[in-house]
Amino acid sequence: MEKFGTLTVKAGLAEMFKGGVIMDVTTVEQAKIAEDAGAVSVMSLERVPADIRAQGGVARMTDPAIIEKIMDAVTIPVMAKVRIGHFVEAQILEALGVDYIDESEVLTPADERFHINKWKFKVPFVCGAINLGEALRRIGEGAAMIRTKGEAGTGNVVEAVRHMRTIHDEIAKLAALPEEELMTEAKNHGAPYELVRIVARDRKLPVVNFSAGGIATPADAAMMMQLGAEGVFVGSGIFKSKNPAKMAAAIVKAVTHFDNPEIVAEVSKGIGEAMPGLEIQKIGKDGLLQFRGN
Amino acid sequence: MKIGVLALQGDFREHIRILKKLGAEAVEVRLPAELKGLDGLIIPGGESTTINKMMRAYGFPEEVKKFARKGSPVFGTCAGLIVLAGKIDDHKSGQLNLIDVDVKRNAYGRQVDSREADVTLDFAGTKPYRAVFIRAPQIRKAGAGVKSLARYEGKTVLARQKNILICSFHPELTEDTRIHQYFLDMIPKKA
Repeated sequence: MEKFGTLTVKAGLAEMFKGGVIMDVTTVEQAKIAEDAGAVSVMSLERVPADIRAQGGVARMTDPAIIEKIMDAVTIPVMAKVRIGHFVEAQILEALGVDYIDESEVLTPADERFHINKWKFKVPFVCGAINLGEALRRIGEGAAMIRTKGEAGTGNVVEAVRHMRTIHDEIAKLAALPEEELMTEAKNHGAPYELVRIVARDRKLPVVNFSAGGIATPADAAMMMQLGAEGVFVGSGIFKSKNPAKMAAAIVKAVTHFDNPEIVAEVSKGIGEAMPGLEIQKIGKDGLLQFRGN
Repeated sequence: MKIGVLALQGDFREHIRILKKLGAEAVEVRLPAELKGLDGLIIPGGESTTINKMMRAYGFPEEVKKFARKGSPVFGTCAGLIVLAGKIDDHKSGQLNLIDVDVKRNAYGRQVDSREADVTLDFAGTKPYRAVFIRAPQIRKAGAGVKSLARYEGKTVLARQKNILICSFHPELTEDTRIHQYFLDMIPKKA
């Protein structure tokens, strides 16, 4: 009669995040700043993406001792990242009682061919996607939430915009097709047929979709919401800005009032410098995180 | 009949979907001025810390209290229950203090303890209601004026005090409309 870890409760927690901001944190102090600013959840990782990009080396799951301290310090849900395909890091996070796992391209992949079988876990997973096919493959593997990847650690929203628009365009095209064309479309997208049918019928992904990867200002966040994101992840954008507490609070308000330009203007005033940004062309294809896993 | 759903954060669209299914007009409320002309208000599931903060930032607490004092029904689910409660986690006063209950946040555990379970609704026959509990709060104590309408593991999970309705699970995440119908029936009939 009682059931734990069902898709309803996994995807249901993502429903509760909607209209909210999930912030990357590396320490207990940062987690508290994020919670005070109104974050709906914090994402624990060992280095923010901008530092991973700058310093290089293998990026792994955070030290469980730090994750536990963050879980004790805040009442909002705590997420943590695992490497793509690293199912033992995921087992560890589930054992710790983390509320959501991000199988993330921001960390160094552990498996270049396969993602984690997420159906085997009671804890829900969020995964990144740059297009509809990738989103549906992850959902097929058991992801209960999707985030468009953007390009993490750049403070440049251009890839986030590209990925959100791509997914919405692809959904709109599917919805317009006659039923007999859906199998071929499933093949073209490399996506499970049943999920393609559901998307064509509902005109939306079957799980919540947030935007991530490059959001650095309240205006960026509000734009992603207007483009159809159901909420945003902000990684380096908070703690690489001049005044993290102010920037965090401003982005939270901009996400709630995304379609009210007066309020977005008001919260954008005097919040200090945003994180320094990177041009995508200067990174070079090998340096892009968005093509990891697919 | 026009119902507002507080849309600062959380699953407000799911409430709107069910209200529309029941034939009610439903609108998103992001600023206190938008409470005007509403027959009822729903405070949805979401993160209570975030919703509380955003309510204070735009002057909602006093306005929602005024709205409730006029007798207009207010319904809070999960985070919404926490916003409406009298006392939180044994010490803090609730944001709105509109219903005489003591609430413990995340009382059923973390996300891995989130669950679906059947409960019986006192007002809607014997057919079980599939309740979805997500990092749910628990009603630890309730004053004499609070009527329990459903229980799970011996604790009240759906309760009413006059025009205030609270629920520790998420009726907006299911297709069963009985609880939203009950809320709509709380709205005084216009003469």
